[in-house]
Amino acid sequence: MGKNKISVYIMGKEHRVPEGLTIMKALEYAGYRLVRGCGCRAGFCGACATIYRKKGDYKLYTALACQTTAESGMYLTQLPFIPANKSEYDIEKIKAGPNTILSIYPEVARCVACNTCTKACPQDIQVMDYIQAVKRGDITRAAELSFNCLQCGLCTARCPSEIKHYHVAQLARRLHGRYLATKSEPLSKRNRELEEGCFENEIDEMIELKPEDLKKRYFEREIKVSE
Amino acid sequence: MEFIDGYPEYMRRSIKKVEATREERISLVMEPMSAEEREKVLSTYHPDYMKEGKRPLKVGASKGEIVHHETANILEARPQVIPDEIDLSCINHDVDILIIGGGGAGTVAALHAVYEGILPENVLVTTKLRHGDANSMMAQGGIQAADSLDDEPSLHFLDAMGGGHFANKPDLVKALVMDAPKIIEWHQRLGVMYDREADGHFVERPGGGTSRPRLHSAKDYTGMEIMRVIRDEARNLGLEVEEFSPAVELLTDGDTVTGAVLMDLETREYSIIRAKSVILATGGYGRLHIQGYPTTNHYGATADGLVLAYRVGAKITDMDSAQYHPTGAAFPEPILGQLITEKVRGMGAIPVNADGETFVFPLEPRDVESASFIRECQARGKGIETPTGMVGVWLDSPMIEEIHGPGTIKKELIAMWRMEHQFGIDMSQDPILVFPTLHYQNGGVEIDVNGWTGIPGLYAGGEVAGGVHGKNRLMGNSLLDYNVFGRRAGISAAIHAKKTSPGKITLDHVIEFNSLLDEAGIDTERRSPMVLPDYRGERAIARALNISI
Repeated sequence: MGKNKISVYIMGKEHRVPEGLTIMKALEYAGYRLVRGCGCRAGFCGACATIYRKKGDYKLYTALACQTTAESGMYLTQLPFIPANKSEYDIEKIKAGPNTILSIYPEVARCVACNTCTKACPQDIQVMDYIQAVKRGDITRAAELSFNCLQCGLCTARCPSEIKHYHVAQLARRLHGRYLATKSEPLSKRNRELEEGCFENEIDEMIELKPEDLKKRYFEREIKVSE
Repeated sequence: MEFIDGYPEYMRRSIKKVEATREERISLVMEPMSAEEREKVLSTYHPDYMKEGKRPLKVGASKGEIVHHETANILEARPQVIPDEIDLSCINHDVDILIIGGGGAGTVAALHAVYEGILPENVLVTTKLRHGDANSMMAQGGIQAADSLDDEPSLHFLDAMGGGHFANKPDLVKALVMDAPKIIEWHQRLGVMYDREADGHFVERPGGGTSRPRLHSAKDYTGMEIMRVIRDEARNLGLEVEEFSPAVELLTDGDTVTGAVLMDLETREYSIIRAKSVILATGGYGRLHIQGYPTTNHYGATADGLVLAYRVGAKITDMDSAQYHPTGAAFPEPILGQLITEKVRGMGAIPVNADGETFVFPLEPRDVESASFIRECQARGKGIETPTGMVGVWLDSPMIEEIHGPGTIKKELIAMWRMEHQFGIDMSQDPILVFPTLHYQNGGVEIDVNGWTGIPGLYAGGEVAGGVHGKNRLMGNSLLDYNVFGRRAGISAAIHAKKTSPGKITLDHVIEFNSLLDEAGIDTERRSPMVLPDYRGERAIARALNISI
């Protein structure tokens, strides 16, 4: 943490905070005890979606407060909640067809390709591209392009076409994982073995071993981890 | 101070030495430590082996158990709820199952309670922040399951027992490893996007202390991918989640747990929930900052469930043992303590000291690896000091690109790459600086294989519960734990609820616990559960006025 102080404007009000803090830590330094806008504090949960402007600049920027260093002259506010509608569906009853997502989220067809969603994404995801993939019926492409989504909702908050990108992407990934990805044969085999009662006795025998014998077996076990 | 690509010039000199030895490290075969070597490094350097950090509990069902001071401080504290101030005559929700905690364990429990025949509207999940705000979301590297042809659940069992120093409850470990392939199958059916080989089987990597590659991952967002899928499924089933509503006390009829008191974090209004079964899925205690360590944990990881369970008479186990993850970020300052996934080592990066020398087998169990890092920095003076006075060792991440090809890091470790890149460091070109960080609560509330705590009506699963991991959890067993024991707790709670009528609700146990504190001579102003840590600046706290407006 630097000794130099900078000015940030939290919801319009000036606060002096040490240089080098994340936006989240700057808010706390200034005296805010966070309830909304703070979750994992490490860039995985999307709770701290932040909108800011820089002094002398007209643009609105987006960021995750826990993954962005506070800069002098930032006007900061956080989104406490995104009231976006999620459609309900039964993953077992739907199919991974080219129009499946469009039938569940028809507003995807309203995309005007303005790319505002992509510019808003703090994860640098090509959001508009995956929406276009959904329009083309390419579920796998949408699933892969959207994979790093933290569901912070900034794309949706900025969209002029009322698209709920992050819910759309969730559906694309589940359809891909459920129906399009090739399934593991060894996993099925192992589960059949478990249903037949395999491995029960082996483990029960180890549970019955004297502590020193179990320990010996552990340290003598073969380690095969190279690929 | 001049910085070159994220590092100050003096740290660059050490990086040069790391680069000079990289080539020979690629083909180096390293041997794990013997039992004696492990014991020696642990007893001399691991923070949990330092007796001054702990004390025996003076009250409760596990009186005499040795725990860290930070844990004792919240267990030996006055209840936040004052019984006289609570009106129990007005019940806000009357449900079959109350699940306290909306992370992985709570969500899995809710889904399985519904699969077991409980109607979604008769299940209430309550959580202190948002649904999914939990350590479950942050797990990066993977989930273990012995489903490959040259692997077996019995090997997984042996690895987990040895990693836990044989203190684990064997029947819980058996449940963990035997359920694992079924859990992966369930995830597959829900649509979790695990990384797969061309033939459809999973890409599986080794972790510290595993004898086979057994970690299933979804890039390095494994926890997030599982959590967002099960959360989506819970929403599809219409499960209700009360967000920003932590449970601040349980309710009992004298013997059986019959509900809880919740508090709205914003309006401060309390609500009374009556339930036939209650499941604790509140996670761990990283935000207690055991022994002053920074933590990888979620903002809400304050061990509330441990406190509530202890007050109604549940026992705790292995709470003398905390997990310090060997690779917390030590530089730069804004990401101090944040997790560098073990998958980085699983994919071939080796820890090296300031002179570019290797000093430990990279895939020891976490406690052994951490103790070795501390030895290298503190006893041998071979750590690298940061401009703010932290000391760490290098994790030579560019080795991954040398071994698996250029571009591998951005493909398989994108969350790590983004985090480092966000603060000016390119981990595909330069090593990253790491030091142990508080990561996981190894112990917790005692449970049996059905997730029952021994207190009628009270179940637990996930990090709040103990016994599965003994004194040290292996990588990839926590995502597995919350799935296995969240599921078991959900099923058990459903079975119990079906044959139970709603009970009487009282706060008598709070009055009794206060008397126990008095009898033990514990004269304290401390209150618990903590709910959230307080990270406000010192000046802001010192000058805050507490006046009603």
